[in-house]
Amino acid sequence: MKNPFDNLDKLLEHRVRLHIISVLVANEGYDFNSLKDILRITDGNLAANLKALEKEKYISISKSFINRKPNTKYRATEKGRNAFRKHLDALEELIKTQR
Amino acid sequence: MKEQRDYQGDLASIRTVMERSVKFLSLSGLSGILAGLYALLGAAYAYVVLPTPPSPLQYAYEDVTKHLPALFAIALAVLVASLLTGFLLARQKAKRLGAAVWDSTSQRLLFNLSVPLAAGGIFIIALFLNNHNSMIAPVSLIFYGLALLNASHQLYGEVKYLGYSEIVLGLVASFFPGYGMAFWTIGFGLLHIIYGAVMFKKYDR
Repeated sequence: MKNPFDNLDKLLEHRVRLHIISVLVANEGYDFNSLKDILRITDGNLAANLKALEKEKYISISKSFINRKPNTKYRATEKGRNAFRKHLDALEELIKTQR
Repeated sequence: MKEQRDYQGDLASIRTVMERSVKFLSLSGLSGILAGLYALLGAAYAYVVLPTPPSPLQYAYEDVTKHLPALFAIALAVLVASLLTGFLLARQKAKRLGAAVWDSTSQRLLFNLSVPLAAGGIFIIALFLNNHNSMIAPVSLIFYGLALLNASHQLYGEVKYLGYSEIVLGLVASFFPGYGMAFWTIGFGLLHIIYGAVMFKKYDR
């Protein structure tokens, strides 16, 4: 039998990254400060994990200006959504087998 | 290797985070109850102060056109009082939940509500200008219900059913021109109190 741990997404095993992708899957897009408020983490922590997700193309970034202030919006990509779904399935599977 | 509890924690926390990012949970059921009471008070005031027929059911046979400015003023007062109460109670509840009242979630909620409301408002102005006064109450109920429905995925589930109820009530009212005040009192008074009480019991205690 295949080891169920293999199905876990390495990137999403980290709690903060898992939460980021959860918010982005549930919403059309989210900006940096709103993400920070929802997840209640520091700027640095959020930025580092966003960068990791972006590097794997799990999320996309669009920059714009609102009232001359820079506004960065994050979206989950199709790849990110699929990874999230698979990771959830794997979590479910793990919990089932361990019960 | 992580322990099992950790995975269950992962799943549970995803749910919380997703819900918090979509839903405006600070809305208080109490504000629904109070908004309903204001509406009832407004209706009672209009009934007592304005020279009206002995029964609300006889509005149909009276010309209320000359009272429209006064009715409009009362409706506006009820609206302002309800919005203010809703905002103050939401701010209080948000503080308790450790959340912000004004964030991207509430901004989106406001936008979702305001599109159908603005459309309805403009439509009502057109009805008024064309002397279709008997359709003002039904139309306002229908558009208010549509606004609630449009924002319901961001609010507690009860709001969706309040939206459906307002739409049905508005449609029924549209077949009984002249009974607008009675339907208004039910839609903005009674229904708010009922659904507000359900929400208050379920989420605010």
